[in-house]
Amino acid sequence: MKETALETKGLIKYFYNPKKFQVIKDIDLKINYGEFVSIVGKSGCGKSTLLYLLSTMDTDYEGELLIHNELITGQSDANLAKIRNEKIGFVFQFHYLLPEYNVLNNVMLPGLKLGKYSKEELEHRAMGHLKTLEIAQHALKMPNQLSGGEKQRVAIARALINDPLIIMGDEPTGNLDRKSGDIVFDIFKRLTVDFNQTILIVTHDPDFADKTDRIITMEDGRIIS
Amino acid sequence: MNYKLILDIAFHLLRARLKQTIVAAVGVTFSIAMFISLVSFMSGLNELLDGLMLNRTPHIRMYNEVKPSDHQPLSLSYEYKGNAAFIHSIKPKDRGKSIYNSMSIIRALKQDKRVVDVAPKVTASVLFNSGTIEISGFVNGIDVVAENTLFKTSDYIKEGKLSDLNQNNSIIIGKGLSDKMLLSKGDIIKVSTSNGNLASLKIVGISETGIADIDNMSSYTSLTTAQKLLGQPKNYITDIQVNLYNKELAEAMAKEFHTVFNLDTIDYLAANVQFETGSTVRSIISYAVGIVLLIVAGFGIYNILNMMIYEKMDSIAILKATGFSGNDVKWIFISLSIIIGVAGGIFGLIFGYIFSSIIDIIPFTTTSVPSVTTYPIDYNIAYYGIGIVFALFTTIISGLFPAMKASRVDSVEIIRGK
Ligand SMILES: Nc1ncnc2c1ncn2[C@@H]1O[C@H](COP(=O)(O)OP(=O)(O)OP(=O)(O)O)[C@@H](O)[C@H]1O
Ligand SMILES: [Mg+2]
Repeated sequence: MKETALETKGLIKYFYNPKKFQVIKDIDLKINYGEFVSIVGKSGCGKSTLLYLLSTMDTDYEGELLIHNELITGQSDANLAKIRNEKIGFVFQFHYLLPEYNVLNNVMLPGLKLGKYSKEELEHRAMGHLKTLEIAQHALKMPNQLSGGEKQRVAIARALINDPLIIMGDEPTGNLDRKSGDIVFDIFKRLTVDFNQTILIVTHDPDFADKTDRIITMEDGRIIS
Repeated sequence: MNYKLILDIAFHLLRARLKQTIVAAVGVTFSIAMFISLVSFMSGLNELLDGLMLNRTPHIRMYNEVKPSDHQPLSLSYEYKGNAAFIHSIKPKDRGKSIYNSMSIIRALKQDKRVVDVAPKVTASVLFNSGTIEISGFVNGIDVVAENTLFKTSDYIKEGKLSDLNQNNSIIIGKGLSDKMLLSKGDIIKVSTSNGNLASLKIVGISETGIADIDNMSSYTSLTTAQKLLGQPKNYITDIQVNLYNKELAEAMAKEFHTVFNLDTIDYLAANVQFETGSTVRSIISYAVGIVLLIVAGFGIYNILNMMIYEKMDSIAILKATGFSGNDVKWIFISLSIIIGVAGGIFGLIFGYIFSSIIDIIPFTTTSVPSVTTYPIDYNIAYYGIGIVFALFTTIISGLFPAMKASRVDSVEIIRGK
């Protein structure tokens, strides 16, 4: 039997502003190790909201969230930060990089926070990831000196630095052209194949979704398939 | 928590906003520098004025006060003993200003280990005559050596020498007197006392203290000359002035001497209450100004950190998404303000010292304190300590609120907002 990386039990979320409104409706979800999962659905159905819940950044919900069979619901802010740091790699639609740090340091930052590896080791690992993502030559550039696709790959390298349990992405290719989007997809695919990396991606791109192992379709706050 | 990493992030954030950071730090520098130079200057001034007072006032003065007798004849009566007596129209009794047994009192005081020196004095109010005008004033008969030890009187002698007073029938008159009566060194001045004695004294010097009341009315002679002038014997002394090694003891010792020698005594503080008040007020003013400056600098820091938080919302959101807790973010921003405070504060100390040194070389002369040639500065390490503590305190306080705000930034909201 495959082990569960991520699980939700009866996940419910409301928005109260401007009026009470249920975005996430009783979602039970299980994602196994090494799975490459995509979430699709109409705009406004609650995909991003669900992803933020799973990423532990949003704690205002009902039901239970388990990562690696550990109950996450109700843990302190400091613990959640630690879990995000250690177990979750997040890639946003808009390549969020720290403009004050160069590419290499951006990638190393979550590793420095975790403190598992020495600085030299981290640098080595970061360079390794940048090489895999074919942007090693930009390592010493500042983020504003990169193209959108390059920035997105830097963000992926950063998500990988702590060997996370799961990588989550909210439309990571949504802002990229076809070609760059394909490169990013190939990178994800390679990670699942080569390193058995668990990946959960929200996407609007049906071609992208079709190429993943499993597609979760959402509609109006529920999973319909 | 990884302090090194947090400091590193704080430094990077500062570097990205170098100009504003420098402005904030300069605010702190300016207020600390101002605070230090102000307090040092004020305190120097206080010391100067204290010196002014102490140069003229003995730590303890012993004299006979004109006052009614404590024991009225009625209290000797056995008949009314225990009764409450109401006596009207009591007049003070003139026991004479002379201190009885002055020589043995002086001898006893000189043997006291706490006493630096004792200076006996004869004061007499006189009329100075020149032609047809009469000017009232005082003659201070002094023991030249002892008086100079206690009050550095020779510093105030503008012409002639204090030691010239040892000549017979010589006098040193105040500058005001000499100007008014058109007398100068070498002239003869006629002095008449209240009991009708008249004497001609030779002017051997002019004194100037810078205080008009004294310069217009006072003169110095030797003890013997003053005693002769008054027609009094060699043991006639009206004041005994005592200086102590530790002037803090003055009040207690004044009381002690009062009971031991049965004389009226007054210590320098009681004689100059208003000086203490002046010193306190000046200190309060300089501290108040310093604190106001720091509060203003604090608002500057608050503003800049607040601005930085709005600018760095994205960075805060990323930090939180990648595993930094609210607490970490809070410490990043507190570190920012500590860096500004420490940097600004240290430069403030340096500039405070420089400003003080500049004030210290500005020429400033006053006849009242001849030893002073530049504005007085009190270089006290304590002010520098207070300055840096103030700097850190205000910067941390003003950084605290923005830091709390930063720690509460909801990363989901920011990421959604894009
Ligand atoms: N902060 C909020 N307050 C109130 N309602 C919100 C808030 N954020 C999102 N919503 C609503 O919740 C619903 C789900 O939003 P969500 O962003 O999860 O949709 P989505 O599936 O990611 O859409 P898209 O594909 O366009 O990104 C939407 O109807 C949206 O209007
Ligand atoms: Mg969305």
